Amino acid sequence: MGTLMAPKVEPARVLAETDRGKKAAMMQYLAHKLRMDVWDILHEKGTGHWGGASSVAEILTTLYFDTMRVRPQEPRWADRDRLVLSKGHASAILYAVLAARGFFPMEELHTFRQIDSRLQGHPCMKDTPGVDMSAGALGHGMSVSLGMALAARLQKKSYWSYVIMGEGCLDEGQTWEAFMAAAKFKPERLVALIDYNGFQLDGSSDEIMPLGPLFEKFYAFQWNVAPTVFNGHEIRDIQRALDWVKQQTAWPVAVIFKTKKGRGISFTEDTHKFHGAVIDDQAYAKGRPELLKTLAELEAAL
Amino acid sequence: MTTPQKTEVKLVSMRDALGQALVDFAPEFPELVVLDADVSHSTKTLGFAKAYPDRFFNVGVAEANMADIAAGMAACGLRPVINSFSLFLALKCADQIRNTICYNNLPVVLAGAYGGLSDSFDGASHQAILDIGMLRTLPNMAVIVPADAEETRQALRLALRRNGPTFIRGCRNETPVLFEGAEPFQIGKARKLRDGGDVTIAACGVPVLMAMEAAERLATEGIAADLLAVATVKPIDEAALAASAAKTGKVLAVEEHTIYGGFGGAVAEAVAKHAPARMDFIGVQDRFTESGPYDALLKKYGISVEAIVSKAKALVGQKPAPARPAARKAGARAPVARRAVARTPVAKKVAAKRSAGKKTGRKR
Repeated sequence: MGTLMAPKVEPARVLAETDRGKKAAMMQYLAHKLRMDVWDILHEKGTGHWGGASSVAEILTTLYFDTMRVRPQEPRWADRDRLVLSKGHASAILYAVLAARGFFPMEELHTFRQIDSRLQGHPCMKDTPGVDMSAGALGHGMSVSLGMALAARLQKKSYWSYVIMGEGCLDEGQTWEAFMAAAKFKPERLVALIDYNGFQLDGSSDEIMPLGPLFEKFYAFQWNVAPTVFNGHEIRDIQRALDWVKQQTAWPVAVIFKTKKGRGISFTEDTHKFHGAVIDDQAYAKGRPELLKTLAELEAAL
Repeated sequence: MTTPQKTEVKLVSMRDALGQALVDFAPEFPELVVLDADVSHSTKTLGFAKAYPDRFFNVGVAEANMADIAAGMAACGLRPVINSFSLFLALKCADQIRNTICYNNLPVVLAGAYGGLSDSFDGASHQAILDIGMLRTLPNMAVIVPADAEETRQALRLALRRNGPTFIRGCRNETPVLFEGAEPFQIGKARKLRDGGDVTIAACGVPVLMAMEAAERLATEGIAADLLAVATVKPIDEAALAASAAKTGKVLAVEEHTIYGGFGGAVAEAVAKHAPARMDFIGVQDRFTESGPYDALLKKYGISVEAIVSKAKALVGQKPAPARPAARKAGARAPVARRAVARTPVAKKVAAKRSAGKKTGRKR
């Protein structure tokens, strides 16, 4: 069992930073560091989903370090903001972000997908502190987060309900049932975030199941969708998107983030081939220097 | 020993009872919310929708979405009751019930109206004869198959207090109220309706009444049936089944469901484990059903007083199961309720009504 590299910027410092520009740079660094941790863990364990985890690293980091109200020492705090990672196969990066945020020790990442671990292959809310809803089978998250937002409304609470979906979730019919229902009930503070990396398990989305025109579909389903696509790997852009969300009064709200599957390593980007493939020694050795190089650049920019 | 108390036959459908109970319980359970999939006129949640519009969610014909919305609500402190036809809950929400509701042990009540063959005229596409079997395979799920409106009402109240998911299987048609004034229903506890040493009859749901009538008839032929009404299919009352099976060595399971994997399977698992006995099963054989009047349909598909009498007699005529002596020993410790044979006035009344041409369960 290896040891994960210590980050140059402590997560606590990122949280405490009040200058938004500086904080963005710190989060940019931290997100990439956590992406590298995922690369290490997936190689170490010989199992897990790299492509979809890597594509959502910056979005999750921004949510947990800049946007969401959570209490790592009180994971079940009733008024916390909720996140449903509907694309549950990206569990490894969720665990890395939650650990960095203080929900459990970083060392626990080494138990990923092993017997008796709290870190199941796909997120399990009964096992992992900070996981608000189990996921795995695709297409559940939109409905679940709608239920959470409706519960907030009924109980006069003001927590936010975020759901992150990828192409697989958008393939599922249930998601579109939930889109219709959300537009009917219009609960406040319900936010759908699309991690639109363009690839799924078997190939590109255009090849497997074309989803376009996605904007028009959200409009047609009576959603308040952000008028532009945001870059899901640029923290400043993610901040802008989430700032826009906070200003809205028409519900439900959706944001489409353009991302890259397998982000960070040239030969894993924009391909389905590293959706769930084992990171073997050869791929690991070839990919890690690329991750390290970027990390050094991000560190220099701090 | 639980003896049905009423001597006057009152006909109430389980769906009406559940719909009324939702309205009645709403003040007691402020977290109670009701979801329906465009069948609130049928499931009878319409009354709740009118009385508590803020707490009612009609999601359209999208059962899977309904189940997961309920899961999200339950994860945030509400007590949702989801409603649809039982077959559609079991099949269309199978993934959501398993992977979201049961996996996370969320307190969602699944109210399956139109259980069994009760949506009789709509035909095989609507008849729920696999719901018990499917749902009892799911960890954390409690499966309750009430025999009347009173049990349905009581089951709902208990389910709303339960820390986990509960399936309550209803019936579309009016059926006699059996347990008003009787011992309160308890999850996991079978009701002993009759004491006898010749054959165990274990029944759930609407056929409980048939089993009561069948036991009467068997008594006139000198066969003493040990009659158990087992509304909780999961967790099943293993002690009651073991004690009875150890005593009689012959067990007939009676249900309105396919004979594969449902209540009969649950009874067989309990009996095989604690007191192996000869068994037979009343239920729909491995086939699709059809449209028709409810009572006639039940009869055609092998669920009737006559079928129970016939199979019980055949069981009594059989040699004991080879393992029985040992089983007797093991089960001898289990307590059995008072030995007095209960009379079943409701069963008699219903039989009299039936023979007088009064039909039950026809009202739309």
